This record gives sequence, structure tokens and C-alpha cells, in this order.
Amino acid sequence: MKKDLRYLGTLGVAAGAAVFAFAAGAAETGVTDTTIKIGLVQPFSGPASAYSQIAKTDQAYIKMLNDTGGVCGRQIDLIAYDDGYSPPKTVEQTRKLVESDEVMFIFNGLGTPTNSAILKYMNAKKVPQLFVATGASKFGDPKGHPWTMGWQPNYVDEGKIYAAYIRENLPDGKIGVLYQNDDYGKDYLNGLKAGLGDKASMIVAEQPYETSDPTVDSQIINLKASGADIFVNVGTPKFAAQAIKKAAEIDWKPTQFLNSVSNSVGAVLKPAGLEASTGVISAAYLKDPQDPQWKDDAGLKKWHDFMDKYYPDGDKTSSFTIYGYGVSQTLEHVLRSTCDDLTRAGVMKAAANIKDLELDVSLPGINVNTGPDDFYPLQSMQLEKFNGERFELFGNVLDGASASN
Amino acid sequence: METFFQQVLGGIATGGIYACMALAVVMIYQAIHHLNLAQGEMAMFSTFIAWQLLQWGFPYWAAFVLTLGISFAGGFLIERVVLKPLENAPVLSHLVIFIALYAIFNSLAGFIWDFTVKPFPSPFGTAALFGEGLIGAHQAGMILVTLIVLFLLFAFFRYTRVGLAMRAAAANPESARLVGIRVGTMAALGWGMAASIGAVAGIMIAPVVFLEPNMMLSILLYGFAGAVLGGLTSPGGAVFGGFAVGVIENLAGTYIPVVGAELKLPIALALIVVVLVIKPNGLFGRTVVQRV
Repeated sequence: MKKDLRYLGTLGVAAGAAVFAFAAGAAETGVTDTTIKIGLVQPFSGPASAYSQIAKTDQAYIKMLNDTGGVCGRQIDLIAYDDGYSPPKTVEQTRKLVESDEVMFIFNGLGTPTNSAILKYMNAKKVPQLFVATGASKFGDPKGHPWTMGWQPNYVDEGKIYAAYIRENLPDGKIGVLYQNDDYGKDYLNGLKAGLGDKASMIVAEQPYETSDPTVDSQIINLKASGADIFVNVGTPKFAAQAIKKAAEIDWKPTQFLNSVSNSVGAVLKPAGLEASTGVISAAYLKDPQDPQWKDDAGLKKWHDFMDKYYPDGDKTSSFTIYGYGVSQTLEHVLRSTCDDLTRAGVMKAAANIKDLELDVSLPGINVNTGPDDFYPLQSMQLEKFNGERFELFGNVLDGASASN
Repeated sequence: METFFQQVLGGIATGGIYACMALAVVMIYQAIHHLNLAQGEMAMFSTFIAWQLLQWGFPYWAAFVLTLGISFAGGFLIERVVLKPLENAPVLSHLVIFIALYAIFNSLAGFIWDFTVKPFPSPFGTAALFGEGLIGAHQAGMILVTLIVLFLLFAFFRYTRVGLAMRAAAANPESARLVGIRVGTMAALGWGMAASIGAVAGIMIAPVVFLEPNMMLSILLYGFAGAVLGGLTSPGGAVFGGFAVGVIENLAGTYIPVVGAELKLPIALALIVVVLVIKPNGLFGRTVVQRV
């Protein structure tokens, strides 16, 4: 207040200074003339700590931005805290960021339970919860939660994309679904059913599992017994791998669809057995650096240069570093397009107004699109099939938003 | 009908996992008359040691035997260093130690070997046994190993002097001491043996559920259930209990309409409660008589 009065005192002397003073006085929390303060909460420790490569990529990207002059004439101060993938800790760290560090907004928090825990708080405080790293469909609800936005294609859309492919190519099939008995698993199941529409009766068996189940063997036996010849595998890595392995062991050979949550070759298909995994179909929206077709890709070249210079310890074979780069590039775009309105509301407005943003690391034809009523930035995916060594893309880019009928 | 047989066999296969763990639980119970909550994590840690040895190029059976030895020494040491000083402390102090050991082993494994799932080789191969694939070769092998361990334990307690001394030390420490049995050493031996059996269980289970720091979390729960169902004083009963839990769980999940698939674990545990209400010491447990 005192500072403002001092500026106000100079009002009569120089009009220019007064304009400057006005700008400084009305500045948003977390924004100064030289910095923008952003918070990030991810699991740097604990069982989900492998995901923190995303946070580390985010940090490296921000460093690159700062080294090349920052955005809107300001340096970005990214404060990252660890929640160990534990929702109570997420709440604690988020409150610290919002109330003590006074960040402008929270960026790229990771996980469905963790982000759910702070969803109400962020919206009550009107602090943007931007580009959460989860595909749960509840993080794209502009009416109910106008301060929260996802980024990656959501699970419902992915379910619809598989349904579209099945309707088109396997119209006489019988579908068996294995799903985790929670929001995440049910999102996929609902998407699949919505996508099948009047053909939903193609689903002949649904088998849920709990994360406390030691194995999913019993469920797989039941799916085989149901006579299903299409298997939609909606499991997290460990259970997805168990399912693929068990199906091979009991000689069940359906056409397999594997949710993208678990389409890691190293963490799922290798443990499940490369032979048993051959032919598995999944969906992708980001480029795979291992795929030879991107050898001379300009976008991936920028990513390689970035990795070499700013995150040399990072794993170039992991999809997490690609993900972190893509989401950070989207953030950069949002900030650059709201330089003249650097407020929390301005950030949300810019984030909800992206038109065909091409990312360096997303597949050709898969661009970021949002609108005031569309809080799902990425909604398209392309199918891919595992050839025993890596995934190969096939078919056209499918749009989850329009795949339902 | 084919589904029924598949589910029963599948249940026996998963039950083999629980039975392995139940055996280790009973072993500790024989030695100290407590349920060791860290049992699963100790087994998981042993399995990681085996995995590490395999990564270093040891042949499978060499790694297997070496892991059993290391686990035995580890279990023995834990008893000597951590539990011996608490010998006469109340049960709750022991409980706190078990929880601490649980957290320590879990975090340590995650720190050293990280949390991504790792495949673990099976000495029996992964092919399906008997054509139609009713049961995997590994599962059959695992059941065989469980039965062998059971037989060895039975023989050990029945026919060796150390086994007899161990039983005496657990059943009546004071009298055992008076006839010249070193009761403290017996408890440590019990811990060592339980750690080794846990290692066998872990190595057998890992090829099915994959190796990761949380692999034993739910298995220990089922193992406890199996052990309690069969009777904590009876190794044979514990093995039977483990198989029973696996089969009941599968059949409940398959044949109870609507809620079966989602509530198969609660249904299985509710059945166990019913059994225990009727037979409090488990199906095969002895009634423990204490003189006052």
C-alpha cells in the first residue's frame, strides 16, 4: 500500500510513471515485472516416482525458456514439490504453493486421485489447475470446474476410438473387457460402450479387478470362457502385463486392445513376454523416438537438441520426456498469447482458446484445440500395433470427440 | 463345466501362492507365537536379492540356494539385533517393530531397485500344462515346491533334535531352558527359517505377479487368511487353508451373480469368519492349553 502511495505521489509529475504504477499495483498474485511464479506437484518419491521424469522435463523446458529470454519479458520461476502420489500430501503441497509461495497457477500435477483431491480447492480459490497429467474425463468440465483443464486425450475418448475401430473392422466380434474397478477403468468402459452405441451388445463379458488383487488370472479364465474373441485390456502396467501373459498361457488368442496407460514396451510388454504381446493394438498421440519413421523429423530434432542440452540425464527412450516437452510447449503457447493479460483469468481464457496448435512431439494431424466449452486439449489418437519389437502406427488419425454414434 | 474346472484349477494355482506365504507365517508363529507383519516384505526383499544375483549372471539354482542362505542369515540377524532386546516387552512393542520392518524393507527395495515391474524367470517354463492350458507349468511347479517345503518342515519338526528343541522352546520356554535348550537361539533359528521359506515363496510367486516392491502387499493378507483358516499351529493346515482361499475366491467371483466379481475377496473372507466362529483354532489347529 505504501509503495502504491509513493507511486501515486508522482502522478502529477509524470503521467508515464503513473501508468507503470497502475500496472504494478494491479498485478496478479505470482506475477511481477520480471517473473511469473508457477507451482508444480508430482511424485518425486514413492511407488509412482518414475513419472517424475515428466516434472523434470517440465523444469528443463522452463530453464530453456528462461535462457532464451523467458516469456512476456519475464523469467519463469517454477516451484516443484513432491507428493509421493499420496492425495493428502498433494493437498498440503498445493496449499503451500497457493497460500505461502503465492504462485500464479499450478501446472501439470500428476495422477487421478491426487488431482481429484485438490479439484474443489483450486476451483474455490479460483487458481488455475492447468494441464493435469491424467486422462480422467472429469478434468475437462468447463461448467463445473472452470479452473481445471486436462491435456492428454481422455480415457472416454480413447475407449470410443477403440470402439470405432471395432465397429469398422471387427463387426462380428465378441468383446471381453478387463477393467480396474475405479474411475479410470469405468471411464474406458463407458467410452467403449458409448462408441459402440447400438452395437454395445457386442460386449459379452466385463470383468473388474481391484488393485488389491494379487493376480487377474481368474478374470482372464472367465473372459476366455465367455467366448470373447476381442479382448479390451484396461489395466495399469502390472495387471495389464499379467493379463497378456495369462491369456497366452491358457491359449486364449483374441484380438487384443491395450489401453495407452500401459502401452510401454519396457514396463509392460517385455514382462508379459514379447511373443505373447505381438499383435496387441493400442493408441498413441505422441511420436515415439524409437520409431525409425521420425529419424529426420524436424519436431523431434528440436526435442533431441533440447534433451541433449537441458536434460542430458533424461531417458530418451521413455515417453515421459516426450510428454513433458509437449505439455510444456503448450504452456509456453498459453503464456505467450496472454502477455497483455497476465492474470489467472487471462491464463484460463488463453488455455480455452487454442486453435490447431501443432506440437513438436505430437503425431502429424493431432493438434491442440480448445474452446470455452471444450476443456480437452488433445482428443485424437492413431492406432498402433506391436510387432514384437516396437509399436507400428497404422490407419488414420481418429478423433475421439466425433467417434461416438 | 469346463469353466468350473478351470476356475478350481486356477484357484489351486493362486492358492499355491497363498499357501507358500501361509507356510512362512506359520513358521514364524511356531517360533515366536506372533504374526509377523513384515513377513511379506522380507520375502519380497529376498526375491529382489535373487533377481540381483541372476542379473549378475549366477545360474538359477545357484542364485536360489544363495538367496536362501542370505535370507536365513538376514532373518537370524534381525531376531538377534532387533527383537532380542525386546524379548520381554509387551506385544504392542513387537507390533511396532514389525510395522517398522515392513516400511523399511518396502522403501529400501524401492530405493535400490525402483518401482517398475520386473519379469522374474521361472525354472519350470511358462508353457501351458496339458494342452488345453488349464494350468501353467510354473503354477504346477510352484504347487510341487510348496508341498516339498511342507514335507521338509514336517520332517524337520518331527524327526530332528533341533526341530524338537524348537517346538519345546516355543511351547514352554521356561521348561525348555531347564532341560538345556537355548531358547533365544531357537527363536533366531525360527526367524532364519521363516525368512528362507519366505524367500522360496517370493521366488515362486514373482514369475506370476511380477517383481516389484508392493508385490506381497495383498498376498500376505491372503496368506494370513489361509494360515488362520487352516490353523496357525499346523503347517499342513496352513497349506490347505491357502489353497482353500484361492479356490473359494475364484468360485465366488465366477458363480455368485451381480456382486460376485466385485466382492470376491470380502465373500471369501466372510466364509473364513464363519469357519472360525465354529472352529476358533482353525480347521486343523490344536487347541492351545495354557496352565495358569
